[in-house]
Amino acid sequence: MDGTALILLLTFLVSVTGLLVFIWSMSNGFFNTKQSASHIIFGKNEIGLVEDPASNQTSNELQEAAGETDATLTQKELSDRLIADKSSALPTFVCLLTAMCWLIVGSAAAIIASIKLHEPDWLVSQAWLTFGRMRSIHLNAVIYGWASMAGVGVSLWLIPRLLKTPLVGAKFVYWGAIIWHVALMCGVAAIGAGYTDGMEWLEMPWQIDIFIVLGGALMGLPLFLTLANRKVDHLYVSVWYIGAALIWFPILFFIANIPNLHFGVQGAAMNWWYGHNALGLWFTPIGLGAAYYFIPKVLGRPIYSYNLSLLGFWCLAFFYSQVGGHHLIGGPLPTWMVTLSIVQSMMMIIPVFAVAVNHHMTVGGNIKAVIHSPTLRFIVLGSMLYVAASVQGSLEALRSVNVITHFTHYTVAHAHLGMYGFFTLVMFGSIYFIMPRIVDWEWPHPWMISAHFWLVALGFAVYFIGLTTGGWLQGVAMVDATKPFMDSVAVTLPYLKSRSVGGGLMVLGHLIFMIHFILISLRYGTKKEPALLIPKVNIPFIKEAKVVATELKRG
Amino acid sequence: MAGHIDEKKLFTGALVIIAFATLALVVMPYVQLKNVQAPAELKPYTDQQAHGRKVYMSMGCVYCHSQQPRDAKYAPDDKRGWGRASTAADYAYDTVHLLGTMRTGPDLLNIGARQPSQDWHLGHLYQPRAYMPGSIMPAYPFMFVERKGPAKEGEVVLNLPPAFAKPGITIVATRDALDLVEYLKALDRTYPIKKTIEQSLETAK
Repeated sequence: MDGTALILLLTFLVSVTGLLVFIWSMSNGFFNTKQSASHIIFGKNEIGLVEDPASNQTSNELQEAAGETDATLTQKELSDRLIADKSSALPTFVCLLTAMCWLIVGSAAAIIASIKLHEPDWLVSQAWLTFGRMRSIHLNAVIYGWASMAGVGVSLWLIPRLLKTPLVGAKFVYWGAIIWHVALMCGVAAIGAGYTDGMEWLEMPWQIDIFIVLGGALMGLPLFLTLANRKVDHLYVSVWYIGAALIWFPILFFIANIPNLHFGVQGAAMNWWYGHNALGLWFTPIGLGAAYYFIPKVLGRPIYSYNLSLLGFWCLAFFYSQVGGHHLIGGPLPTWMVTLSIVQSMMMIIPVFAVAVNHHMTVGGNIKAVIHSPTLRFIVLGSMLYVAASVQGSLEALRSVNVITHFTHYTVAHAHLGMYGFFTLVMFGSIYFIMPRIVDWEWPHPWMISAHFWLVALGFAVYFIGLTTGGWLQGVAMVDATKPFMDSVAVTLPYLKSRSVGGGLMVLGHLIFMIHFILISLRYGTKKEPALLIPKVNIPFIKEAKVVATELKRG
Repeated sequence: MAGHIDEKKLFTGALVIIAFATLALVVMPYVQLKNVQAPAELKPYTDQQAHGRKVYMSMGCVYCHSQQPRDAKYAPDDKRGWGRASTAADYAYDTVHLLGTMRTGPDLLNIGARQPSQDWHLGHLYQPRAYMPGSIMPAYPFMFVERKGPAKEGEVVLNLPPAFAKPGITIVATRDALDLVEYLKALDRTYPIKKTIEQSLETAK
C-alpha cells in the first residue's frame, strides 16, 4: 500500500471513529443534549408565542399562522430580555451600520466588474478601474466589510439573548470596529492602488492585516467575557456555532497572512485552506447559528431535534475544515491532499443533511408563517439555499464534475449561492428582526421589505441560473479540444450580460434596504406602541417591564 | 456554572479541529514540498521579470488566467498547447503562487513559449481585440503613453495592426508594460520533466 492510500485510510478511520465517539457521548448525556435543551431560548411558558418585530405588529396574522396560544412571558423574563437587548444595542448597531455601508460599496464594485466582463473597453483609462482590481475590491468589501461585520453584529446581539446575560465589554467592540474599518479602508485603497499580497481572499497587504487581526480580536472579546458571566446552565447550539467561529477566524486569518512563510505550491494549498475555511469555519457557523436561533424563536417552536443540531455542528467543524484542497483538483499538488479534501467534501453531506432535516421539520411546512414574517422569509430561503449550495459543492468536488466546472463561471455562481443565497439572506433576515429591538421602532414601510425581498430573490435567481448555465457551457466547450478556446469565451457572453441584469436588481434591492435602514435608525414616521416586544402581551405590562429594565440597568 | 464545562468542550473541540485541518492542509504540504528542487532548466526570475510578475499580481491577471496545465489523462489542456501537466518543482521560484482558479482567458504557464513576440504582447495589452477578435480581456491603455511626434531614444513604440493604428500618434510602452511582457515571455516550462510530483518528492528526501 502506498503512502497516499494509507493517509486516506487513516483519515477515514479518524473521521468515522470521531463520529461514533461523538454519537456515543451524546447518547450518554455528556453533551447535555436532552431535547429540553432546545427550550433554553424561550421563557418558561413562552413556547407557542411568536416573535418577529419586523412583522405587522398591529394585526395578529403571524400568531394566527403559528396557532393560537395562551403562552406568555413573565414580567421578570420580559425585563431580563429587555436588559439583554439593551446591553448589545449600540455595539450591534455600529457593526450593522458599517456593514450596510460596505454592502453598498461592494455592490457598486460588483456591478462595475460584472459589466466589464462583457464590455471590456469600458472604463479602461485608470488602473484602479481595471477588472482585476475592481473584482478584488468587490470581494474584500463584501467579505471583510459587509459579511464579517454583519456576522459580528448579529453575533453580538444574539449572545446576551442566548446566555440570558447582559453583554460584557461593549467598549472593546467600538475600538475593534474603528481599527477594523480604518484597516479595511486602507486595504481596499491599497488594492485599488495596486498593492496586493497577490492571493485570492488574502489580497490586503500583510502590514494592514495586523490591524484586522487586532480589530477582530477586540470585537470577539465580549463573547468570551459574557460567557464567563453567563446565567444559563448550558449553551444553546447557536453559541457553539458562533463561539467556535470567533475562535477559528482569527487563527485562520493570522496563519494565512504570516509574511515570507508560505512558498510556491504550498502557498496554494494554504491559500485554499484559508479560503474555504473562511467560508466553512467563519461565515457558515455564524449563518447557521443565527438560523438556529431565529427560526424557532420567530415560530415560538423549539428546534425539531437538538441532538441532530449538535451532531451537525461537530461534523461540520471536522469535515468542512479539510475541504480546501478541492479548489486545486488537477493541480500540481500532492495527490493525497486533494483526495483528502474530496473525501471530506462528500462527508459534508452528513452535517448538511442534519441542518436540512432540522430546519425543515421546525418550520414544518408552515408557509403562512413564512409569508407573514419578513425575518423568516429571508432566513428560510437562505437556509434552503445553504443546503443547495452545500450539496452542489460536494458534487463539484467530484473529479468527473470538477473537470468541467473548475476554472469556469460555474464556480463563481456557486460561491455566490453560498455567500449570498445563504449567508447574506440570513443576515438580511436577522437584521430585520434585530433593528426594531435596537432602536425601539417599527420598520416604517413594510412595502420596502417586500421590495427588497423580491428584488434580491429574483435578481439572484437571474444571476445564479444564468451564470451556472453559462459556466457549464464554458466548461464543456473548454474540455472539447476540437473547438478553439475562443468558443468557450463566446458561449458565456449572453450569460455574463444576464449576470449584470440580475446583479443590477440585487443592487437595487440593497439600495432600498439601505434607505429603509436609515429611516428606521432615524425613527422615521409615527410611533406605534405595540412595536415593543410581543403583540400578545398587553401594553401596560410592557411599559412596566421597561421601567423595571431601565431601573435595573441603572442600579 | 458547573465549572463552565461546555466552554471547555467548545474551546478544546474547536482548537483540536483547526489544528487537525492545519496539519493536513498547511503543515504536511509544507514539510513535503519544502525540499523540492528547482529543475536545472528553470531559471530564477531576473529583476525585470520579477517586477513584471508584481505588475501581473497588481493588475489581477490571476483572476482570469490560471498557470497550471492539467494532466492529459484528465483534461485536454495539452491539446490546447498549454503544455504538459505542471509539477511542484515548476514553481520553485514562485514565492507567491499564481496558480489561479479561473480560465476566462487561457492558461499562461507556457505563454512565453507559445508567443515569444514582444510586439505582439505589447499590442495585445494595449488593445486585445486588435489581435484576438471576440476577446473580453480588458484593454490596458494606461500602461502606455500616447503623444504626438517621434519617440525618444530607447523608447519602445507600439506597432498596432493597421485597422487599430492611430496615425500621427506615437504609443510608447511604460516600464510596467515592458516588464510585464518580459515576465510573460519568461513563462516557459516546456522543458521535459520525467518525474511525477510524487517521484520528485521521493528524491527530495
